Amino acid sequence: MKKLTFNGVIGGTIITLLFIVAAIGMFWTPFDPMKLSFSARLAAPSGAHLLGTDEFGRDVLSRLMVGAQASVWIGFATVCFAVFFGTLIGLISGYARGWADGIIMAFNNALLAFPGILLALGLLAVFGANQYGIIFALGIAYTPSMARIVRGAVLSLREREFIEASKVMGNSEIYTILRHILPNCLAPITVLATSMFGWAILSESALSFLGLGVPPPAPTWGNMLAAGRPFIEQAAWLGFFPGLCIALTLLGINLLGDALRDKLDPRMRGLK
Amino acid sequence: MSDQNALLSVRGLTLEVIHNGGAVVKDVSFDVSPGEIVGIVGESGSGKTLATRSIIGLIAPGIRHASGSIVYKGQDTLQAGDRTLRRLRGGEIGVVFQEPMTSLNPSMTIGRQLEEGLILHTKQTAEMRRTNILHMLTRVGLKDPAGALTAYPHEFSGGMRQRIMLASVMLLKPALLIADEPTTALDAVVQRDVMELMVELTKEQGTAVLLISHDLPMVARYTHRFVVMERGVVVEQGTTEEILSRPKHPYTRKLLSSLPFRGDVRAIDTNVSPIVSARDIVVDYPGRKSLFKKGAAKRALHGISIDIHPGEVVALVGGSGSGKTTLGRTIAGLVKETSGEVLFQGKRRDNDWFHYRMNCQMVFQDPYSSLDPRMTILSLVEEALRLIPSLTAAEKKQRAAETLEEVGLGEAFAGRYPHQLSGGQRQRVAIARAIARRPKFLIADEPVSALDVTVRAQVLDLFSNLQKRYGFSCLFISHDLGVVEQIADRVIVMQDGRIIEQGDRNAIFDAPKEAYTRKLLSAIPALDLNDSGGVKLKWRLDA
Repeated sequence: MKKLTFNGVIGGTIITLLFIVAAIGMFWTPFDPMKLSFSARLAAPSGAHLLGTDEFGRDVLSRLMVGAQASVWIGFATVCFAVFFGTLIGLISGYARGWADGIIMAFNNALLAFPGILLALGLLAVFGANQYGIIFALGIAYTPSMARIVRGAVLSLREREFIEASKVMGNSEIYTILRHILPNCLAPITVLATSMFGWAILSESALSFLGLGVPPPAPTWGNMLAAGRPFIEQAAWLGFFPGLCIALTLLGINLLGDALRDKLDPRMRGLK
Repeated sequence: MSDQNALLSVRGLTLEVIHNGGAVVKDVSFDVSPGEIVGIVGESGSGKTLATRSIIGLIAPGIRHASGSIVYKGQDTLQAGDRTLRRLRGGEIGVVFQEPMTSLNPSMTIGRQLEEGLILHTKQTAEMRRTNILHMLTRVGLKDPAGALTAYPHEFSGGMRQRIMLASVMLLKPALLIADEPTTALDAVVQRDVMELMVELTKEQGTAVLLISHDLPMVARYTHRFVVMERGVVVEQGTTEEILSRPKHPYTRKLLSSLPFRGDVRAIDTNVSPIVSARDIVVDYPGRKSLFKKGAAKRALHGISIDIHPGEVVALVGGSGSGKTTLGRTIAGLVKETSGEVLFQGKRRDNDWFHYRMNCQMVFQDPYSSLDPRMTILSLVEEALRLIPSLTAAEKKQRAAETLEEVGLGEAFAGRYPHQLSGGQRQRVAIARAIARRPKFLIADEPVSALDVTVRAQVLDLFSNLQKRYGFSCLFISHDLGVVEQIADRVIVMQDGRIIEQGDRNAIFDAPKEAYTRKLLSAIPALDLNDSGGVKLKWRLDA
């Protein structure tokens, strides 16, 4: 197997570090992330508090470590939700065509017409603001674009002769879809899924920022970023470090996603 | 051959790839005299197109001119500035490209496109331009020239577009016409009409023609002299007569011997019951649906009945739109027949699809699209064995490997992916996949049309060897009568969804009864190989 590209290695390293930090955060943090300390309010980064403290004197590093779990989990679960349902809908719609496709896509396009964040806001108002509500709401908001991409890929694939060849061999439609169509859709799915992971973390931040995310005092990168806003002049690190975490994660995901797409595609092998 | 008399004189032309310096065209020299038709024959990758495009300064990106000269009317076009080149292009040197579908601008009317060149290169008034255009469109055989002026390219068929393209080029009365595979994308019959028209027109205007093609008989028919290229090098050039009768270079001999020659007559027992029968097959394609009404259905097949006997190779020939592919796909079960039925071994196919699928396989036209790009060669062939209940997994693996070996792809290919193979190798994989099950009946839809001449000959050989070994029956669909003459036992000629004529191969080729069959046959020569490796072409005349 060819080695991952330089970009892929960087992306992989960033994402691995993220997972390690999130995992450590489950068992150990330098300070209790919930412990209030009025004496250490808005302390600048120092030897004691590496990344400083927030307005209640809570350690920012500890909170970031714990917040990583929530952010990663929400991003990951949202993407899984959207990939699973989006791919399913796209495959059915693209393969069935005809009236089934018409109805599914009409519904899909109606959902697409809403900005994702607005749709999520509306759904959150119904389901209530908690982790599962966010995953569900963002998942539903992202499913339509995944469905569209997959449907497009399926529509062009099903006209190719190797799909007909599969039919002539006597393979069932389900087998043909799973063996021949789905694997050939993987490239667009991977690309979209990696960028979705980024959007999901951002949207979670945005929702938390609006007060509709994971409720305080539980930390997420988004609500930390939001909480840092009033203190941007006295304590810039409150917003800077969560922002940096989000940016680095997005960078890592994108680099890794591109590398994965190239690696998963046999046509990219043996070139160069 | 002296330079003084030549209209165009290419000397020692070498083009190389910029990033590694590899030569793609090496030391190519040839001349074209005024009014002469010169052919350039070669397979893909021979550099024939690269070499000729550079005559008008069109050098593909990534490639540069390394040495040599191209002198047109005493001027080296490789050294010429953009202004000179612009004057030459179109005005002095016209070009007709291969794809009539893409060489006309789809968003401009025919009238405006034809006028463009006249405005650019002549000082004619609008009135004169219109008269000239109408005259030229009439000349190239358009039925309604005045109407064509305001029509768009998509309103014309491929053959008509190529005529329009020819009209637009010849309007400017160029001294040299570069025709790069001008008829390759067209039907055999249309091909011949367009070529005849091109030769007539250029003769009238005294235009020299550089005819580039992979189709050796076609080039031989219209040229006095031609050049054979292989991998960027001119291997042989001389008069057509000379090269055909006494080829010197081994590659030329190989090209000539790759031409399809008539195969032996085989004894096929037609008294036994047919293995596959189509009975009164009718296929309607639904009309375009609009909001309120359904368009009239288009009938693609008008009640076709055919029988294919065990071990027999039946060729289905006809132009595009004749319904031959539809018939093949209907028998394969890819298109649902509107009425009629298909019998396999005397029983209705629809009653036992599994049995039919196990015994009927198909080879598709385009080896680039018929193999799943994400599967290895071995797993592609193995997949064909997946549904056979009597084989164990190990036996399947072994059978797949053996079959690959049989089509000439050794173990080294097993782990490769389709994109790593050439077109000919891919088609071998497609054939391996089709025969791995040992089917009793095979449908081959233009299996060699997408391949180069020499590769085509090899794949055809492989195909007939396998057919002899396993004795499967075959429905061989092709527009290329040469291939059919080589491989078929019986020929069925179709036109507009109906069978026009059918009979034994020799009967159809030697004594065709219908005018349409004769027209199809007039496009290909009868070939005789002589002792010195040369070929005698005999063109069959229209009745």
